Amino acid sequence: MREVAVIGVGMTKWGELWKKSLRTIFVETALLAMDDAGVDRIDSMYVGSMSSGLFVGQEHIASMLADYLGQSPVPSARVETACASGGLALRLGFMEVASGMSDVVLVSGVEKMTDVSGYEATYALGSAADQEYEGYHGITFPGLYALIARAHMEKYGTTREQLALVAVKNHCNGSKNPLAQFPFEITVDSVLNSVLVADPLRILDCSPITDGAAAAIICPAEMVRKMNKPVIKIIGSGHATDTIALSSRKDITWLEATYQAAKQAYAMADKKPEDINLIEVHDCFTIAEICVLEALGVVKRGEGGKAAEDEITFLEGKIPVNTSGGLKAKGHPVGATGVAQTVEIVKQLRGEAGERQVKDARIGMAQNMGGSGGSTLVHIFERE
Amino acid sequence: MEGIIGYGAYIPRNRIKVEEIAKVWGADAPSYKRGLMLEEKSVPSPDQDTITMSVEAAKYALKRALIDPLEIGAVYVGSESHPYAVKPSGTVLAEALGATPEVHTADFEFACKAGTEGMYVALSLVKAGEIKYGLAVGADTSQGAPGDALEYSAAAGAAAFIFGRENLIAKAVESYSYMTDTPDFWRREYQYYPQHGGRFTGDPSYFKHIIGAAKGIMNKAGMKPSDFNYVIFHQPNGKFPFRVGKMLGFEKRQIEPGWLVNKLGNTYSGSSPMGLTATLDISEPGEKILIVSYGSGAGSDAFVFEVTKRIDEARDLAPRTRDLLDNNKNYLEYGVYAKFRQKIRKAD
Amino acid sequence: MTTPSRYWREIPQRYRLEANKCKNCEITFFPPRLICPQCKNRELEPIKLAETGKILTYTVIRVPPHQFVDQAPYAVGIIELDDGVKITAQVVDCDFEDLKIGQRVRIEFRKIFQEGESGILCYGYKFVPE
Repeated sequence: MREVAVIGVGMTKWGELWKKSLRTIFVETALLAMDDAGVDRIDSMYVGSMSSGLFVGQEHIASMLADYLGQSPVPSARVETACASGGLALRLGFMEVASGMSDVVLVSGVEKMTDVSGYEATYALGSAADQEYEGYHGITFPGLYALIARAHMEKYGTTREQLALVAVKNHCNGSKNPLAQFPFEITVDSVLNSVLVADPLRILDCSPITDGAAAAIICPAEMVRKMNKPVIKIIGSGHATDTIALSSRKDITWLEATYQAAKQAYAMADKKPEDINLIEVHDCFTIAEICVLEALGVVKRGEGGKAAEDEITFLEGKIPVNTSGGLKAKGHPVGATGVAQTVEIVKQLRGEAGERQVKDARIGMAQNMGGSGGSTLVHIFERE
Repeated sequence: MEGIIGYGAYIPRNRIKVEEIAKVWGADAPSYKRGLMLEEKSVPSPDQDTITMSVEAAKYALKRALIDPLEIGAVYVGSESHPYAVKPSGTVLAEALGATPEVHTADFEFACKAGTEGMYVALSLVKAGEIKYGLAVGADTSQGAPGDALEYSAAAGAAAFIFGRENLIAKAVESYSYMTDTPDFWRREYQYYPQHGGRFTGDPSYFKHIIGAAKGIMNKAGMKPSDFNYVIFHQPNGKFPFRVGKMLGFEKRQIEPGWLVNKLGNTYSGSSPMGLTATLDISEPGEKILIVSYGSGAGSDAFVFEVTKRIDEARDLAPRTRDLLDNNKNYLEYGVYAKFRQKIRKAD
Repeated sequence: MTTPSRYWREIPQRYRLEANKCKNCEITFFPPRLICPQCKNRELEPIKLAETGKILTYTVIRVPPHQFVDQAPYAVGIIELDDGVKITAQVVDCDFEDLKIGQRVRIEFRKIFQEGESGILCYGYKFVPE
């Protein structure tokens, strides 16, 4: 296997981008990544998109986006593992470069979510759950994570305040990220007094509906070395699945797919949790970050709630988590999220993260999750 | 001998009081309570309809009948509020019970007597030897127009009976039907609420047909009012059953055990059948029961049942009707009731 | 609108809780499966699920998908049935404040949603406090 590195990343301001279509959002972002890499052509591309069909009624976007990026006839594939689609695009690009099949590959993700009503967006996101045995009964995505939250609180004594602190921390980080959808701070009180969405989760526990894209150019590490650019290598990649229906799991508070994907990534990278300097995790809801930290082995099982409370996951803490603001503050255009995590890790490892820069960051990890945890991708990056 | 081998009732948990409805329309609640002898009525939740209540009542009937659902040869649902205009309620019921596919299914509609119609046919098929067991359900989620007198009584509930030849809870001694064309209450196709003929629903309608059927069946059976321990008449309000009972020579004590309407409301096709389930709940072996339904349009079905020893072992295999009526109630305000009953105009 | 086939083919599960069980490791699957994920055995036998159980976890949905707007707010729980199988369903006829993990519930047949004003009515299981 060849060593693979990220040579360029791109991300535009996320939010409710009323004037921009899916293709415009994508092309602007991909061009930023290509400019950052210093390339004007690519060998192939992957696009992560959870549900362009339900959000904008457009399938077959891989070819459309390759065309509008001016890259046809290069091979282009849309990949989907719900909210982990971006992470999957990265993994497939990584495999393609590592195998020697291509040299310069664009990995990207895009979602245009505001062209449908809130009800339709809720429905589209809900389609990542088991439609016949979860969605049929009126469960929503916040609802599924609320089920996890209630069980976690019951089993481990996790508190409502601990959940709120995850959002407070991520907004604090997001306030330092100019590309974030909500670049401002919030307080525990504002979380606890925000409107209930699915008890015990409130609106400020939930990531928002976002339009946005993210892109990265990956290539052989050797190529980056020759260009005299910072070499940010992908040293570990893991991908695992779990039951799509939450109720089918042995322990509904445990994210087995995250545990398995992390195990693969740690083994490939030959790293342990304590070697990692910063992590981007999939905090689609506050409870998700808590459970993910447990499954990644960053904290012990059942102790995820204490991580934000003890401030170990804050920017100045032992292991900063979601320096970008996470899905909560940065936004969550579902298919783009996994690639945006790569963008943040690469900026941090290059030392380009500005106000939110983690000192001496050398090794970073990204965890991207689909559904209620039915898919997970974990990647580990290292600055050479 | 043929008769009832299992029975069950179902009542939604929600209630609304007469005062709560009267308040909205500026009506005089005490006069409704005195005049119609109504205090409160049951209200279905948005997720309950004739089909769901039929399934629950029928499951209770199965618990008392202790039979294999696959041996049920007929499934009939009588209602004036079948959820579909075209597509049977009975197929859902039969499927939910596991009685398909070798089963005859039909939906009946005859205002408030659709339940006893199903009973009449199911019992007759058992008598004819066509089927081993027959299931009949009377169920309704009736609607009264907002502000109309019917709004105080139109309620929701279901009663189910399984008929067979062995292990009877009650022998079917006699059955009888009495019918004329009398347009006292109706709902035209595509109309949401029914219309009625006001006081015309009384003498030429309810009283004429119930008296006709009651006299007819007693004549046929060679029985008189004092031969019965209990009698159940259709209960459109609290007053009518007592008045018709008096006209026929029955006493209050014979009527009271099956008289549920003051707390339940008029459950239309479920009304007299639920009176029968409540009566069976407290009856003793050897006791005789007369039930006379009434359906606008108009007609009455009547049955004479004689309770057997098996009532003592079957009675508590499922909830008693009075327990369902008196326990676990949830009182609604008119606004929520109006929302539940889809009386509020909303955007598409 | 979807054709009714999608609803219709799930009727045995939704009306009668039909599941299946691995003949080798005796794990029950709902909905039924063709292969046991545990031992990869393909011989499974039909079985009916228990109709009572307890609440493992629950939530109250306040922002529903559009088919459920008329029912909101409503509680959804994961119920562990007495045979050990876990299923997701609404918990109704209860006051939200009284819901508790571990609470005993039993199944009731209810309308789950309707496909608009003119589409089919979709039925199935919900739970009520025992």
